[in-house]
Amino acid sequence: MNRIKPKYIPIAATALVFLGLYIAGYLMFGEKFGSLRVFVNLFGDKAFLGVAAIGATFVILSGGIDLSVGSVVAFTSILIATLIEKGMSPPLALIIALGVGTVFGATMGFLIHHFELPPFLVTLGGMFLMRGLGFVIHEQSLAIKHEFYSKTIRELAIPLSEKLVLPFTATCLLVTILLASLLAIYTRFGRNIYAIGSSENSARLMGIQVGFTKIGTYAMAGFFSALAGCVATFYMQSGNPASFVGLELDAIAAVVIGGTLLTGGAGFIPGTLLGVLILGVIQTLINFQGNLNPSWTKIAVGFLLLVFILLQKAIAPRKSESSH
Amino acid sequence: MSMLLIGHVVFWLVYAAILFVWRKQRIFWPLLALALLLLFNQIFTPGFFDLEIRDGRLFGSRIDILQQSTKVMLLALGMALVIGTGGVDLSVGAIMAVAGAVMAQLVVMHQCSPTVAILAALGVALAAGALNGLLVASFGIQPIVATLILMVAGRGIAQLISDGQAIPFSNETLSFIGSGYFLGLPFALTIVLIMLGITCLFTRKTALGLFIESVGDNDTASRFSGINARLVKFCVYIFCGLCAGIAGIVSTSNISRADANYTGLYLELDAILAVVIGGTALTGGRFYLVGSLVGALLIQTLTTTMYARNVSADIAPVPKALVIIAVCLLQSEKVRRFFARLLPAKKQTG
Amino acid sequence: MRVLLEARGLSKSFPSVRALDGVDFTVRAGEVHALMGENGAGKSTLIKVLTGVYQRDAGDTQFEGKSINPASPRAAEACGISTVYQEVNLIPHLSVAENICLGRQPTRIGMIRWGAIRERARKALARLDLNIDVNRQLSSYSIAVQQMVALARALDVSAKLLILDEPTSSLDEREVAELFKVISKLRDEGMGIVFVTHFLDQVYAVSDRITVLRNGALVGEYPVAELPRLHLIAHMIGKPVEEVEAMSHPHRDEEERLPSTPFMSVVNYGRTGSIQPFDLAIRPGEVVGLAGLLGSGRTEIARLLFGVDKADSGEMQVGGNVVRINSPRAAMRYKIAFTTEDRKAQGIIPNLSIRENIVLALQASRGAWRKISRIKQDELADRFIKALGIKTPGPEQLIKNLSGGNQQKVLLARWLATEPNLLILDEPTRGIDVGAKAEIEKLIASLRKDGMAILFISSELEEVVRDSQRVLVLRDRKVVGELIGDQITERAIMNTIAAPTPEGTAA
Repeated sequence: MNRIKPKYIPIAATALVFLGLYIAGYLMFGEKFGSLRVFVNLFGDKAFLGVAAIGATFVILSGGIDLSVGSVVAFTSILIATLIEKGMSPPLALIIALGVGTVFGATMGFLIHHFELPPFLVTLGGMFLMRGLGFVIHEQSLAIKHEFYSKTIRELAIPLSEKLVLPFTATCLLVTILLASLLAIYTRFGRNIYAIGSSENSARLMGIQVGFTKIGTYAMAGFFSALAGCVATFYMQSGNPASFVGLELDAIAAVVIGGTLLTGGAGFIPGTLLGVLILGVIQTLINFQGNLNPSWTKIAVGFLLLVFILLQKAIAPRKSESSH
Repeated sequence: MSMLLIGHVVFWLVYAAILFVWRKQRIFWPLLALALLLLFNQIFTPGFFDLEIRDGRLFGSRIDILQQSTKVMLLALGMALVIGTGGVDLSVGAIMAVAGAVMAQLVVMHQCSPTVAILAALGVALAAGALNGLLVASFGIQPIVATLILMVAGRGIAQLISDGQAIPFSNETLSFIGSGYFLGLPFALTIVLIMLGITCLFTRKTALGLFIESVGDNDTASRFSGINARLVKFCVYIFCGLCAGIAGIVSTSNISRADANYTGLYLELDAILAVVIGGTALTGGRFYLVGSLVGALLIQTLTTTMYARNVSADIAPVPKALVIIAVCLLQSEKVRRFFARLLPAKKQTG
Repeated sequence: MRVLLEARGLSKSFPSVRALDGVDFTVRAGEVHALMGENGAGKSTLIKVLTGVYQRDAGDTQFEGKSINPASPRAAEACGISTVYQEVNLIPHLSVAENICLGRQPTRIGMIRWGAIRERARKALARLDLNIDVNRQLSSYSIAVQQMVALARALDVSAKLLILDEPTSSLDEREVAELFKVISKLRDEGMGIVFVTHFLDQVYAVSDRITVLRNGALVGEYPVAELPRLHLIAHMIGKPVEEVEAMSHPHRDEEERLPSTPFMSVVNYGRTGSIQPFDLAIRPGEVVGLAGLLGSGRTEIARLLFGVDKADSGEMQVGGNVVRINSPRAAMRYKIAFTTEDRKAQGIIPNLSIRENIVLALQASRGAWRKISRIKQDELADRFIKALGIKTPGPEQLIKNLSGGNQQKVLLARWLATEPNLLILDEPTRGIDVGAKAEIEKLIASLRKDGMAILFISSELEEVVRDSQRVLVLRDRKVVGELIGDQITERAIMNTIAAPTPEGTAA
């Protein structure tokens, strides 16, 4: 343990857990589990969660929290479905959805920063608002019947072998992860997010524009939630205002398991991807088992959360006692 | 016809009297908001204020509100103490589900008597609360984070216990608890009042209430004064778990079915909102038990109003969202300072 | 030497206090200029005005001949003025390199160049003769190193004037020496350095000039070589030098019979980084004063005795028995009480009433189950409100609405209600009007006569002299002398503080 830098320990643990689970699955279920198809499906099926979790990662890195994720995803999905049904071209509908999500996020960020309101309550309000508004747009789930969805999306899948393709949703996820990682590591804005999450006061004294960064982070989270909604429509070929209840919890779990400190300031975007994959693997394992109650997923996730939270606490830098 | 009119007049006179008596207290505002909401219904929703007496039981919209709000009221009692210490408990909804599942399983699968089932359910709830208390007080983990764990895992455990299905049961005692009537009003309300009494005893008759408020208001100064802040925090989380257990028992008995997927879903958020509306600051310090109950009533009245006006239950969250934001803004220091500058300066004392 | 910064007539007021009153301040290039003053002197306000955290009300600042008035810390940095704060205000989770370059990272087409960051960080640190792994997380390094990193960041902005705000508070002897080497080097390179501190030995070790502030006004600017320590202390405390030199022994009460067994005694009690091991014995009916300048370790001793901090050396006896006091609750069990220096953060429970604040400690000692009856609470509250002259419309008033002096009285009442055998008072008269101060001193005298042992910490020397039977003198986190009975005079105390240690640097 001496040679591993402390800040990499959480993500190393995450990677270990992922590998461990995968190997356990292979040992238990053999060839079928270890197939490439299963692996690829992990990415495709969980793409919307992954994208949403990226937005959640940024918010948590900045020291905040976003409870509105699931509602925004559902809202976006039904918005897109409704717009397309009314005759709008899908690309335009997608862009509008992204815009709405971003503005929504920015508004929450503004309330949180300018009025110094607790992020927990503000995003809770946001969650209720978007959930209700989704139903205002359309009461029930709505299928999307458009060439763009039925043909183009399918054509955008990347063939990996004779029988296997990488679905477009998975591609979306991977590209998003890549861009988000670049943002987090190679832009000043990204580094500022880490800074205000670690110590907002110090960041302010060091000249960082805290307000701009905070509002920007929540705007980004809104954007990613909306993007997740778009990806969800690709996956489900429909929109549903009642869906994705509790998604924000899964997202937060993925972020924490992925090595990001819930208090902010440290973490990796790729770690969140690993966290999402772990959630996916657990679910796959349980599906394969057949007998096992699917509720074991939640328990396993809760247990992992506990372990990782305790781990984070153990590694956390001790604040030095200031003497007078 | 005139009996009805007298009934309404009496109701409003009593309410006005309550408002007047407490006009200087913090509880005035949520009471006023509730009054306005009820007034709105009185005027615009025909039949809202109708009361019928059948078989010695009262029926009507207002009674429905009372019955439905008992779950959140019970949660809010425990939550108020937790928030008073500056913390929060997100797992109460899940604990409700677990308690309900345990109770139902014992009654149905193991033919246990309702007493045993209830005690077992409460025991599990207490254990859950103790786990939360351990994580927050002993390990020093942030409350949002610590209680998030049980929020996620707890529902899974509840689903496991009930094997993924809803467990219907039929038991007289339990039915009475959940949907029976006592003195004309839902029995659940009696339970709430008993719990309110116990909580008041617990916090006001002992010094625990003082300690809770002290720890939430200034943790450091409290420790310097010799208060065992850790123990105080540990206790409130256990108590919150207990309240959640009772709420779970009531909720499950109300529909005579344990449904691990839906019992208590999002009720923790309602509970937090109820406590905040009732006047307790999310940062901790002074907490208001009766205020929290009024907050729970307000939330339920809002929901019932929507329902009575044929607003889809799905859209009901929207006004809730506006209430949350409004309450936050009203409680925000910055907004207060802004208004303080507009109003003439108060005389300084000391 | 050319003048770098020249501030004339700087004034800054807040709603209730005039923090700066026409202060002049001059710093030259190639000079280390110490800024000194006791609490409320205006040091931190002056710094904040110069660095753009506050906007001045009046006055003029010239930097390198040009008039400036920075509107933010960033603007001040742009002028060439950089600050390193007492609590290393950096980002703990980020790496050393990142901390140095945060907000100014070198980029190419919008993308940060990490190699360039590391290079720049290494160069900045090399200037301070520091060679560390710049990729490691900042928090993994000691405070001393973190401070160097903060210094490196300040230099990286090509600062011409460097302000160090209490840089040595958390450093040990060796680290302080390292820091001084760096400071001297920077000075020789032509930087102007402002060194805010209250450590006397350090001031004489490394500075060229000293500016002393008191109550928001300028007392004077002096070259170090021409200012004897005694004069410096006199200036800081506000006594004319001649008066200090001519001070006679005050009238002392007749020698009282005190019991010979101490209530509490500690031997070799200390805590690394906080206070060097000391001996102290205090008898019932005795007032022991702790005298010393700000930061000399008085509060540290109080915290140690009350169990807020744990001692890592020595032994304590109470009533003849060896005890371990590791927490306030343990201390209270032995009938010890402690009114803290920092009312706001460690004393008052702001949103509770006066009554609740008064009964808090007594209630805590009884436990939660044995609640003090409301009648008894009201009685206690009324009694102390009268006894201490607390100005309030009633006991249910929220304590946060009281003036500072009255808040202090409530805190005093809180601890007196526990009927302690030893009462530790840390700056009980700070921020209180003259009348109230006298009341408190009278109270101390009467408590003493009733047999209470009192440890009295105050920055007002006259109070310490008037009220104590014995005085321990502290300097730079170490007990440097003890005065008994007739030996206790302001002059004697100041002499003891001023006496230089053989080495010359921090003791």
